[in-house]
Amino acid sequence: MMNRRTVIKAVATGGALIGAGVLMPRLAMAAWNTDAFKADNQGAAMKALLGAEPSASSDVSLKAPSIAENGAVVPVTVKTSATNVESISLFVEGNPTPLVAEFMIPAGTAPQISTRIRMGKTSVITAVVKADGKLMSASQETKVTIGGCGG
Amino acid sequence: MAGIMKVKAKAKKGATNVKMMAKHIMESGQRKDKKTGELIPAMFLQEITVQHAGKTVFAGNLGTAISKNPYIAFSFEGGAKGEELTINWVENTGKTGTETAAIK
Repeated sequence: MMNRRTVIKAVATGGALIGAGVLMPRLAMAAWNTDAFKADNQGAAMKALLGAEPSASSDVSLKAPSIAENGAVVPVTVKTSATNVESISLFVEGNPTPLVAEFMIPAGTAPQISTRIRMGKTSVITAVVKADGKLMSASQETKVTIGGCGG
Repeated sequence: MAGIMKVKAKAKKGATNVKMMAKHIMESGQRKDKKTGELIPAMFLQEITVQHAGKTVFAGNLGTAISKNPYIAFSFEGGAKGEELTINWVENTGKTGTETAAIK
């Protein structure tokens, strides 16, 4: 007969197994973090995604235009001189949901990413690099003359 | 279905530079339909993974603030002309796709 304790134990191991099964094929890749992507303020989004807020570092370089005529397409390049980079994420403080994207950098892939992002209004763009368990960031303000979110 | 990914991958000096663009509207869920005034539901690419020779070389979790027709460039060590990249994508609606591209 199963008593309460064995039931709890069975449920716990079963749950762990299912969890492992789901995560297996994607190993290094963290699942799409709904809380972080839905967060409407930057601090909360950073905490949800990365666990803490980063500190500014000269090891991170963020290239973005100082004036973007069209907020719907703002080219951004992030690179870093840090080693053992795990991920690079992008935030736009003034957007309705500040987290733009999170890019995983597996070993062997250069810690440099270029993409194009949307900005609703003039705002600060922040790139966060996670390397060796540390969070480093670089920020830049980009002026937007036509927003890219509403319409 | 024709693929949505346009990929340019070039092997050079032991590394492969990848530039890719997905043909996708990336609907943010914040625009209103001009006729009805109702919000157009979000429809965007959520995840893009690139694999080479069975190893993941790039993975991205995307939000709605990635521009329409998402463009991403990155590079990884290894890869040679004629080899294949496998690109997997997942839309927020649950739709998925797998496409391949050759390294040039």
